[in-house]
Amino acid sequence: MTPAPVLDVRVVTKVYGMGETAVHALRGVSLRVDQGDYVAIMGASGSGKSTLMNILGCLDVPSTGNYLLDGTDVGSLDEGQQSILRNRKIGFIFQSFNLIPRMSALANVELPLAYGGVRGSTRRRRALAALDQVGLADRVDHEPNELSGGQQQRVAVARALVTAPALLLADEPTGNLDSKSTTDVLGVLDRLSLSGRTIALITHEDDVAAHAKRVIRLVDGQIIEDRRQAPVDGPPPRFAWTAEGTR
Amino acid sequence: MTYTEILRFALRGLSANKLRSGLTTLGILIGVGAVILLVAVGNGSSLQIQKNIQRLGANSLTVLKSTSGGGGGGGGGFRALFGGGGQTQQSNGPRTQAHDLTVEDAKALADPSGAPSVKSASPVVNDQSATATYQGSSHAIGQLVGTYPGYFEAANKILNTGTAFTMDDVTNARKVMVIGTTVGTALFGTTDPLGKQVTVAGVPFTVVGVLKTQGGSGFQDPDDVAIAPLSTVQQSLTGFSGLNQIVVQATGSTTVDSAQSEVTAILNQRHGIGGSVTADFQILNQAQLQSTVASSSQTFTVLLGAVAAISLLVGGIGITNIMLVTVTERTREIGIRKAIGAPKGAILGQFIAEATVLSLVGGILGVAAGVAGSQFTIVGVTPVIVPSSIVLALGVSVAIGLFFGSYPANRAAKLRPIEALRHE
Repeated sequence: MTPAPVLDVRVVTKVYGMGETAVHALRGVSLRVDQGDYVAIMGASGSGKSTLMNILGCLDVPSTGNYLLDGTDVGSLDEGQQSILRNRKIGFIFQSFNLIPRMSALANVELPLAYGGVRGSTRRRRALAALDQVGLADRVDHEPNELSGGQQQRVAVARALVTAPALLLADEPTGNLDSKSTTDVLGVLDRLSLSGRTIALITHEDDVAAHAKRVIRLVDGQIIEDRRQAPVDGPPPRFAWTAEGTR
Repeated sequence: MTYTEILRFALRGLSANKLRSGLTTLGILIGVGAVILLVAVGNGSSLQIQKNIQRLGANSLTVLKSTSGGGGGGGGGFRALFGGGGQTQQSNGPRTQAHDLTVEDAKALADPSGAPSVKSASPVVNDQSATATYQGSSHAIGQLVGTYPGYFEAANKILNTGTAFTMDDVTNARKVMVIGTTVGTALFGTTDPLGKQVTVAGVPFTVVGVLKTQGGSGFQDPDDVAIAPLSTVQQSLTGFSGLNQIVVQATGSTTVDSAQSEVTAILNQRHGIGGSVTADFQILNQAQLQSTVASSSQTFTVLLGAVAAISLLVGGIGITNIMLVTVTERTREIGIRKAIGAPKGAILGQFIAEATVLSLVGGILGVAAGVAGSQFTIVGVTPVIVPSSIVLALGVSVAIGLFFGSYPANRAAKLRPIEALRHE
């Protein structure tokens, strides 16, 4: 087994508001995700999966409990250290792509490297490699509004993985995509999983969850199901099937 | 994250909304341009006034008969207001008549043993209503001066053609005259006035010289002048009453003040001033006049600058306003940047850089506009740019960018990423 899990969530709770109007979004969630795993977190709207995602992505802090990312206790970090952590350890993929408008695909992918302090030619080379990995080597100079939804999401995936993060965090990455683009993006994620990336994916679609090696179901802020679909160090379950569509 | 990168992000942000950036820049442009231009106008007019004063004569003092002085009583300084009132201490005594300024006064002032700092003292009589005619054309001379030859130097009257009259002309009361260019043009047009005869009040004067054009924008045209020997003017025009003034020239610019005290001492003695008798003359010192005018025109310049500074401030508030709008509008972008690991400093830097670029570009264009605008004559004033005003206006515009940009930038940097990301 790997020495330290990528994600180690220990009895985390999150409460919004106070007193009688307090909303308990998470009621003691514990979760360990090892290197190379591909986890789908499922749940209906209001189940707390977005809150969990925000905590996992260091965008929010838990009310109680600890969260260790790649061995580091996030709760003990200040704001500056958190931004460095987000930059180095986490790659975000959002439902609405969240590319920065009026910047070329290449510039968007270079952005995390720029904030991480990577210089000039190295940055460009790594960004081009990331875009090539998602199959967009011929679209590097296009701005987001010149790309289809699927292409935009693949640029976002390239941006997420360009820093070689410990964890790829995808929040309903296919929620705004048609079925063809969904297949494309999931194919990219499968291949990333195959190459050993740790991926946490939030979704409410069973089809999407079927790609993950492990499915966690969240109801009312608690984990009610934790099902393994494929071994941590093996290929993702649907890989052979999706490989056809993307190659 | 290097500074050039932050700057590049800032430029990209600004170019995304060119019209808005342009209008914001315009606010600063107008402010900076106005500061430079208005200070230049103030400075130009003050220089012009100083030049006009210098034109009156370098290092010269003008002694005038004081209409209010010479009273027999009164308390010291209250000569004009209370001299004739019931408050006089010697109410039973007769009022002594104020002495006129005389040619003898002038001669005493010119005596080097009594007044070593005085180079020359020229008695002056004026005729303000003389009309000169020449072959049917006539011209009302603004100022007909009867004086000694020393007046030319003392009053800074320089001859262009011909010669000044001499002391010999004065002694013999020759009917000769030196005229200014305004008089020359009015009477002679393009013909050379030298040697021609001009008739003033029935007396024919021969023009022996023409003065150099002095020009001026004051209330009085310094070229509308005719200068003739004192004796001639007194004989034929003004009569032999007192002098209008004595123009005293000091030996140098450093001796003006000592010349003034010598003149005061001599005239006090000659006119019996002292004790309860207040002076019946007054001395105008060009240097004093100059410093008085300089200080008042400086006030004027400061006032103009202040008005312009207000418009610069308004431009600065415009920057804050636009940057706040930009931050609100780009909240989501800020959220994305933070989510992918932008440190607080990078966001802060980007927005401050945007504000500073706006104000700096506006400032540079404003300097260009101010400099270009000051090439023109504005309401009769040729603006003279004060270099420090350029530096100041440019510096202030950058400071405005930093200052007025820091509040919106801080707001952007402090945004919490999850809230910024939720923003639509």
